[in-house]
Parts: sequence; structure tokens; C-alpha cells
Amino acid sequence: MKQRPIRWSVYVGLMPAILIVVFAYLGTMIWTVGISFTDSRMLPAARFAGVNQYIRLFATDRWLTSIQNMVIFGVLMIGISLVLGFLLAVAIDQRVRAEGVLRTVILYPYAMSFIVTGLVWQWILNPTLGIEKTVRGWGFESFRFDWIVGQDTAIYCVVLAGVWHAAGLVMAIMLAGLRGIDPDLWKASRIDGIKPWRFYLHIVIPVLRPSFISATVLLSLGVVKLYDLVLVLTGGGPGFSSDVPAKFVMDYLFQRQNIGLATAAATTLLVTVLCVLTPWLYTEYFRRQTPKG
Amino acid sequence: MSKKYRSLLSATGLMLALIQPAMAAEKTEVLHWWTTEAQSKAVKVFADAFNAAGGQWVDNAIVNGDVAKPTGINRIVGGNPPTVMMMNAGKQFGELADAGLLRNLDDVGSAENWKQVLPADVLEAVSRDGHIYAVPVNLQTPNWLWYNRALFEKFKVQEPKTWEEFFAAADTFKAGGVIALAFGAQPWQQHQLFNGVLAGAGGRELYLSIFRDKNPEATETPEFKRVAEVYAKIRSYTDPGTPNRSFNEAASMVITGKAAMHIMGDWEKGEFSAAGWVAGKDYGCVLGLGEQNFLMDSNVFIMPKASSEAASQSQALMAKIMLDKDVQVNFNNLKGSMPVRNDVDTSGLDACSKIGLEVLKDPSKQLAGPDWLAGADMLNSLADVVVQYWATPSQTPEEFAQKYAAVLEQFQD
Repeated sequence: MKQRPIRWSVYVGLMPAILIVVFAYLGTMIWTVGISFTDSRMLPAARFAGVNQYIRLFATDRWLTSIQNMVIFGVLMIGISLVLGFLLAVAIDQRVRAEGVLRTVILYPYAMSFIVTGLVWQWILNPTLGIEKTVRGWGFESFRFDWIVGQDTAIYCVVLAGVWHAAGLVMAIMLAGLRGIDPDLWKASRIDGIKPWRFYLHIVIPVLRPSFISATVLLSLGVVKLYDLVLVLTGGGPGFSSDVPAKFVMDYLFQRQNIGLATAAATTLLVTVLCVLTPWLYTEYFRRQTPKG
Repeated sequence: MSKKYRSLLSATGLMLALIQPAMAAEKTEVLHWWTTEAQSKAVKVFADAFNAAGGQWVDNAIVNGDVAKPTGINRIVGGNPPTVMMMNAGKQFGELADAGLLRNLDDVGSAENWKQVLPADVLEAVSRDGHIYAVPVNLQTPNWLWYNRALFEKFKVQEPKTWEEFFAAADTFKAGGVIALAFGAQPWQQHQLFNGVLAGAGGRELYLSIFRDKNPEATETPEFKRVAEVYAKIRSYTDPGTPNRSFNEAASMVITGKAAMHIMGDWEKGEFSAAGWVAGKDYGCVLGLGEQNFLMDSNVFIMPKASSEAASQSQALMAKIMLDKDVQVNFNNLKGSMPVRNDVDTSGLDACSKIGLEVLKDPSKQLAGPDWLAGADMLNSLADVVVQYWATPSQTPEEFAQKYAAVLEQFQD
């Protein structure tokens, strides 16, 4: 077989994009990793400090808490959003009345910024302003809903607001998937007398696999960069019990004037994400293609 | 055809308009983050005086200090600095000065006789290795106790002067169904409150041995234990809604009579004035419960090194204007803080500022604020320990002292 000639014009056309990727993404990434091995404070400086920043980082309670919170938030928020979004999509797919209105209402939270979401939920969850006060006002004096002021529970408030924000998006993706399912499958299942829940579980969910994957990818990006929601909702508190890595990095970068430690944290985060994502992306996107070819 | 030319022309015009600010050197760009109503009125005093003296003030206000500061620093490092930029006094601009990025203001300082008219600690806080690098414009202290006078009269409570009297008063309010202390448990507010307790209940010696000497053994003293106990006890006089409450929400609790007292810096007066309150009539103020110390903090303006002679001249003019006697009084009255010069006419100041100035006259009550003594990294690491202590009622003062000492240990020079 004759080898195809390299088409240089293509590369020339792609040059701007390649330059941006190399300098703006890879370049800054390498620079960040480099700075994390220095003792830079307010300004980046090339004073090599070995792994000192990493030693301090992993001796810092606040960093360990924030990593733990990222895992709790990630697992719960993605899990609950997927289940809830799927159920909502199924419910709406039953050709209900006023479907357009419902769809808009459910998708609406996603159109709101995290700042607004955080502020609204901060008031709703505040025991002296929101739900707790209202229910007590109805006469249930012993009612308690003060998650946001508890050290062990504050992160679940962030999960709650996160799910409220993201479930609508998952629903929209799932609904599009459901609408794409071959109508003949429905007819066949009805003729065979298969119960609806079994049909959903064993046929619809496997068919919707790509929708689940794209929803998961979108949501997990949100997990890693989670910052503004926490900032407004809990401020990372009480104490630093609901802190997250992005907030940790931002604090050290700008308020605490310790660029070295901040970049060490950012690098750790990058490595963690790569370790989790690489095997998964590999199995999802690359390995499955080989048998087909 | 003509349409095409016109759009080309307007595009060129637009580009020229964008380039122009960089070319006009006599314009003086001032980067700051004073954007609330009271603050922007105060800044306008500077701008008007500067323009009247022949300068051309170009305002660049960025809403949030945590955004504005990195923006300005990035521009200074990147070689496109604003002519003048706001900062906090103390260690924060030290690194910029060390890197040779700031204009040395010794010439203006000696011409204007700053050595005589500014308190020594203030001069020290704007200097680095004996050279002046920033213009201080005000003095403020974070450890004021503000209270609602109507509530104090209703419950027949006397103005507290010590922490014991404070707790006695707080018990009365608690029993009467009023929130004794309005508080917002955001990290900066918690740390500020703690430092106030440290200076008031712990005293000068302890305060200095922690922030200046970074001595971990200071946490083993009985004074430190008392500070830890007082701080933990304050917790029981606040309401359950404190987490992540902003300081102005807390201030409004005092204004509406939901809460009786609030411990906050001078800028609280801005909130009170906005609600139409008058110092000494609607609200009262006590400076430094316990040992009365004025924890000096100051806003300063730095002048990045400018390439042109014209810019350098307008920087000198700006430094002179900001410390002008009349400008100082007008500015600080609107800002709610105190003039930094010790020779201004005080008759125009409000009741609380007069108390503050009276205290300031006594050098043994002047105490450099934490930012003047220690770097942001150490202070915020201490704040982490303090907020954790506040949020964990089960933590004992001894455990807290250990964690506090561990941070000090980390920052030995």
C-alpha cells in the first residue's frame, strides 16, 4: 500500500490551535509544576526548595479535609444527579401534559450561576432564616434542620445545592437519549409483555450508556473546579470543614501570598485527576475501537 | 463602497481610542477597591483635591480586594503598572519593594516632614530597610465594641469596659431574649475577633511575643489560656445563624435591635451612618475591651516605578495631596476611620473617632496590628487554627494552644 503524502497545508492551518495548546495549556501547566518546587511567596521566584512545599502540604489538615470533601461531593453529587435526572427524564417522557413548562422549570436551575445558587441555598438552609424557622413557625417546635452549621454535615449542604443545580442538565441529556430510542423496541416489549421497569432497567439504561457517560464527564469537570458554590454557600466552614481543593489553591495563591504551596496543591490535584481519568478514558474511548477496526 | 470605508474608519478610530490611555502619560491611574457608598465618597475627596492641584485622576475601582490586589500585582510584575495602587500596610508590599518595583518616596517624605507628623509605628509599617515605599492614609482598629444604646437603656446595662463586664452584660441580654453579640463566623471575622481578645484579655506582652517574636512558648502561659477561654465563651452568646454571615448582616442585627453588641473595626460606622445613626446618640462604642489597645491598621497607597518623568511627578503630587491636613480630615470623616497625622484639627470628627484619637495620643496604647508584624501566610495559618477552635466546641484550650504553637513553630525565621 502506498503511503499517503503528508499534507502540510493541514498543519499550517492548524498552527494557531497547536500554538495555543502548547503555550497556553501545556506551557502554563509545566510552569505551574516547576513553581511548585520553589519557595515562591508573593512573586514567582526561582529559588529551588525541593519537595518542601509538598511536605508542608500533606502535613496541613486543611488540605486533607479538602481532598476528602472533593471525594464525598464528587461521588454523591454525580450519583444522585444521575439517578434523579434519569427518573425525571423518564417521568417527563410519559407524554405528560405541559411537558414544555416542566422541562423548562427543571432545567432552569442550571441556567443560574453558582453564586446565585449558593446565596439562595445559604438563606434556605440557615436555621434562623430558612426551612428550620419556617417549620418551627408552623408549630413543630422541635424540628431541626441545621446541617449548614454542623462541621460533619456542611459538605452535604454543598451536595444538596450541587444536585439541585445539575439534575436538570442530566434530565435534558437523558430525555434526548430516551427520545432517540427506536419506537419498535417499545412495541416489541409490549407485545412480549415485559414489565415497564424491567424494560427500563435492562434495555433503556444500556442503550443510554453514551448519555450517562457524557453526563458523568460534564459533572466531574464541575467537581474538580468546584469553588464559587462553596465560597458563597459555606465559605468553606464551619471551621474549614467544607473546604475544597480549588478554594485551597485560590486562598494560598491570592490571599496568603504563598504561590509555592498553591502550585504544589494544584499539581497534586492535576496528578490525582490524571490518575483517575486516564485508565477510564482509555477503556471508554480507545480500547473499544480496536476490535471494530 | 463608501460604507466599507466608513466601517474601516470607525474601526481605526476605535483602535486609537483603545491605545490612547497608554500614550497619555499625565493621566494618573489609581487602582483601589473602595466601592461601597461611604468608601467611594471618601475616595472622591482624594480625586477632587488631586484634580484641583492640577493632576488628572483616572479612577480604576475593582469591587473586591481579593481580586483587585492580584490584578494590580500582576500588572506591576508584567511591566504595565497603574500609577498608584492601594495596599494594606505591613509585610504585604515588602516583596515588591525588594524586587525593586516600587518608587522610593523618601524625597516626598522629607520634603513634607513625615517623620514629625506620622506615628513612628506607622512610618515603620510603610518602610522597608529604612526607606519609605507607601503613603499611609488612615488609621483604624478592628477591636471596637459597638452597641445599640436603646437596648442598653431598656435593660439598664452599663457600658462594659472589661471582658467580665462584657459577659455580665451579655447574660442580661441573653436572659431578656435578645442576641447578646451579633457575629459573622467568616474566617477573617473570627480571626479579627480572636486577635482583639488576644490584645485585650491577654495583654500587650503576650500579643507581641506571638506576632512579633513568633514565640511558641507564649501559648503555654496562663494569659494565653485565659484568651482561649474568653474566646470560647463568646461563642455561647451568639445565635445559631452565624456561619458565613457577612459583617454588614451582623451590623444590621444591631441596627434593627435583634442583637445588642457587635465587635468590628471602624468601618462599621459606615453601616450605621447609612442607616441614619449618629455616634454617641443611637450607638455607643468602646475601644478595646480589657487592656485598651489600639491595634493599628492602615490603608496605604504604593507607587510602582514609572518609566516617564511626568508619571513620577504626579506620584509625588499624589503622595503630598493624600497627606494634606484638610484632605485627611474630610477623607477620614467619610471613610469612618481616623486621620493618620497627629496634628490635624479634630473638632469635626464624630464622638467615636474622638475616643480613638484620645487613645492614640498615648504611645503605650498604640499596638501594631498583626499585618504589620507578620506575613499573610503565617496569619492565615493561625486563622485556620482559630476558626477550627471556634467550630469545635469539644476542643479544649490546651489542645488549641498546642495547635497554635505548632503553627508558630513553622514560621521561625
